[in-house]
Amino acid sequence: MSDGLWVYLATSPLLWLSGTLVIWIFATFLAGLRPGNPLFNPTLMSIVTIAAILYLTGIDYQRYFEGAQFIHFLLGPATVALGIPLYEKLALVRRNLLPMIVALTVGSLTAVGSTILLSEAFGFPQLITASLAPKSTTAAVAMAISESLAGDPSLTATVVVLTGICGAIVVTPMMNALGVRDYGARGFAVGLASHGIGTARAFAVNPVAGLFSGIAMGLNAIVTSIVVHLFL
Amino acid sequence: MIVGIATLLTFQLVGEILAYETGGLVPGPVLGMALIAIALLTMAKWQRVQSTQSQTIATSKAILANLGILFIPAGVGIVKHIDVLVAHGLALLALIVVSTVITLAVTVWSFVLAKRIFGGASDE
Repeated sequence: MSDGLWVYLATSPLLWLSGTLVIWIFATFLAGLRPGNPLFNPTLMSIVTIAAILYLTGIDYQRYFEGAQFIHFLLGPATVALGIPLYEKLALVRRNLLPMIVALTVGSLTAVGSTILLSEAFGFPQLITASLAPKSTTAAVAMAISESLAGDPSLTATVVVLTGICGAIVVTPMMNALGVRDYGARGFAVGLASHGIGTARAFAVNPVAGLFSGIAMGLNAIVTSIVVHLFL
Repeated sequence: MIVGIATLLTFQLVGEILAYETGGLVPGPVLGMALIAIALLTMAKWQRVQSTQSQTIATSKAILANLGILFIPAGVGIVKHIDVLVAHGLALLALIVVSTVITLAVTVWSFVLAKRIFGGASDE
């Protein structure tokens, strides 16, 4: 490839938009080869790959985002779309209304509270604390909350993905060690603590756990956006 | 497809307007999520909106099935924070692990306890 062509393509949105899509497709293929391994997370693999490409080629993030913003924009409608599974599982929510309300309130307060306390104990600056606070909610919502708290949405996005992977890895051995056999409760906990990545893991372990996890993810998005204002 | 996208965007738009008018306490898309669930609930039996509903549900499922790709553009923004990672990487990782484990334990225990007190069913 001639230098001229590279300079031309690297400045066009087309290269980074198509590049993101192709890298994502390849990452989902790799993830499919290791379905039980939460470290083979396609979002994480894509982020690391693209970040490395930008770092090595010296392309700045602003330029990349000019192409990738078309994907980024869909976060809003995707958050609205989370209302559909919530509606479809309404009967299940009704039958477990009180346990869900209790676990949702206590869990959401714990997720946000423990994050802020630890962040302050580590002496992180306010910007980082605000970016970490909503880390248990699904990325679209977490980034919106982070922005409203004057945090940095891009730092939030990375931390949200790491939180999801952490929950997906520890949940099964941890719940077994705690002796909790109620898959509804286990699913609800992992969906609340680690959103969509935890929910994907819950569905792989048990269908009831998956359902409860998806419900917890949707409800926690709403509750966390209110709870953070009690702390920050 | 177009009807589904238009419906989702319209609910987001209404959510954003509400969020603006209420001082931004809850993000607009989250309000849109709550509104669309309520709308589906109240209009489930209206014949006139059946096709809009089924198209919106189909579009939503297509988007949710590929949710992971939507976080990439923002996540790549980590390149702007290499300094934060170098300075605080280990502490950040410790924070994520400790707070996730605490949250999992507290949530699962409160669910089990509340279910013992109030009752509930884990089936469909």
